[in-house]
Amino acid sequence: MTGEAIVAAYVFILAIFVGFEVVSKVPSTLHTPLMSGANAIHGIVIVGAMLVASAIGGSFGTVLGFLAVMLGTANVVGGFVVTDRMLAMFKQRPVRKKE
Amino acid sequence: MTVETLIPIAYLIAAVTFILGLKGLSSPTTAVQGNRIAATGMLIAVIATFFAADVKGGVPVILAGIAVGGVAGFAGARMVKMTAMPQMVALFNGAGGGAAALVAILEFARQRDAGVLEFGASLATLLALIIGAVSFSGSAVAFGKLQGLITPKAFRYSGQQLVTGGIAAATALLSLVLLGGAIAGSFAVEPMLLITVIALLALVFGVALVMPIGGADMPVVISLLNAYTGLAVAMAGFTLNNQLLIVAGTLVGASGTILTRLMSKAMNRSLGNVLFGAFGAATTAGAAAATASDDGRSIRSIGPEDAAILLSYAQNVIVVPGYGLAVAQAQHSVRELADLLESKGINVKYAIHPVAGRMPGHMNVLLAEANVPYDKLFDMDQINPEFQRADVALVIGANDVTNPAARSNPGSPIYGMPILDVDKAQNIIVIKRSMKPGFAGIDNDLYLDPKTAMLFGDAKDAVGKVVQELKKTA
Repeated sequence: MTGEAIVAAYVFILAIFVGFEVVSKVPSTLHTPLMSGANAIHGIVIVGAMLVASAIGGSFGTVLGFLAVMLGTANVVGGFVVTDRMLAMFKQRPVRKKE
Repeated sequence: MTVETLIPIAYLIAAVTFILGLKGLSSPTTAVQGNRIAATGMLIAVIATFFAADVKGGVPVILAGIAVGGVAGFAGARMVKMTAMPQMVALFNGAGGGAAALVAILEFARQRDAGVLEFGASLATLLALIIGAVSFSGSAVAFGKLQGLITPKAFRYSGQQLVTGGIAAATALLSLVLLGGAIAGSFAVEPMLLITVIALLALVFGVALVMPIGGADMPVVISLLNAYTGLAVAMAGFTLNNQLLIVAGTLVGASGTILTRLMSKAMNRSLGNVLFGAFGAATTAGAAAATASDDGRSIRSIGPEDAAILLSYAQNVIVVPGYGLAVAQAQHSVRELADLLESKGINVKYAIHPVAGRMPGHMNVLLAEANVPYDKLFDMDQINPEFQRADVALVIGANDVTNPAARSNPGSPIYGMPILDVDKAQNIIVIKRSMKPGFAGIDNDLYLDPKTAMLFGDAKDAVGKVVQELKKTA
């Protein structure tokens, strides 16, 4: 294994443990927003899409690159905005007075 | 120091924001900030990537992709109704999976052109491609099922497992051929052709994986596919040797796996049971058992006046909201009803089943939108002992989560799923559009209980009428 690959493997393994730890104590009320927030975070694939968008060029490569960036962006933007909308409903609001 | 050397630092900052973001999302008080912190990190990572050497020639394509995807994502996320959130999450998840698969294809093509198609990188790329493609097509099917574009029922045919297994085996076989070629350094078949066929097979496999799963299980499936996409992104990170993709993808893969397990646990079923399981197969037995128990008992239908009287003489009322409430957008009417009852000194509580609606927390979100105070919402375990003290259990558009067959009928497909003990209440009012069975596709014995009164109608409509009747008597 090359040095780069072993570093990547370390990062991978450690991130698994962090992922388990970070979400293991979540109230069930937040399961849906959490899923949606995590969904937005894997939108980081947009960075990968940007890096390979012009990797092979040509019309085929350009179309694929465009699609990859487009899908990645939709994942990021849609994911964060939907999560924010869900969470807006959890904000503390002053209790309405009863007449 | 050039700008490019700063990119890894920007990535490191982004990775930290993702961890902080997920941690923030784990608590109600910090969730909003958590989400925004992660979004900020994402923005930093994207801006930094524009300075990467590999990006230079692709800026116009990238900007076009960001413009189109950004507008589509933003518009979709803003316009979707809160009831349609689950399928929206499925759609965005599928987009991420598709992006990961496309990144893998582009990387394959680049490596082949550069003549560096070697085993380690090929394995990661292949996994990114296959998992991403499965997540893409699987999410599309999940979206279609929840949106009602495809039948939400479990789709099964004889020999199904054989066909699905065959697709998986073919994918694995072709993958081995490709990896063998990468090791040997020469290919019997053009590698890009192999990759195309593998991608198509993976897409078909994603469809075959989700089609046999019933609509009631879709939240678990979406959560699982969410974890898949995370894993696909992590694999793409290995291919591109990009630590940020590895960290973010793995975080989502790990947290998504935990979340998926929590969800199937809430239904008292193992993940394997959801994926390969009982719902579709056992339905016939359950249906037969339900018909057999139809021994002459009939349902009792009441009007809004009767319901209002029943409620106004109660001491303790427990509201059981379900998907019907979400569909009808009845949360505000329900809150009005509760306010009215409380002004008469009646004790009102809400019983939230872990999988009420279409996703865990779905009901909490809707009720919070209607300003229902947190301390009125109770989890299943907290509220179940209280049903026997409740004078009225008001079931609004909930079905399967109240079905006593889950406790008593081993032949029922939902046998063993923890339910709300609604049938222990003194009186039960069920607001429901029709006698149509719930998402699991089975009949509910609760409706035949002599204590149960059915108030037929759209949830919002029916609750509104009850409110009017209550105001008259006030």
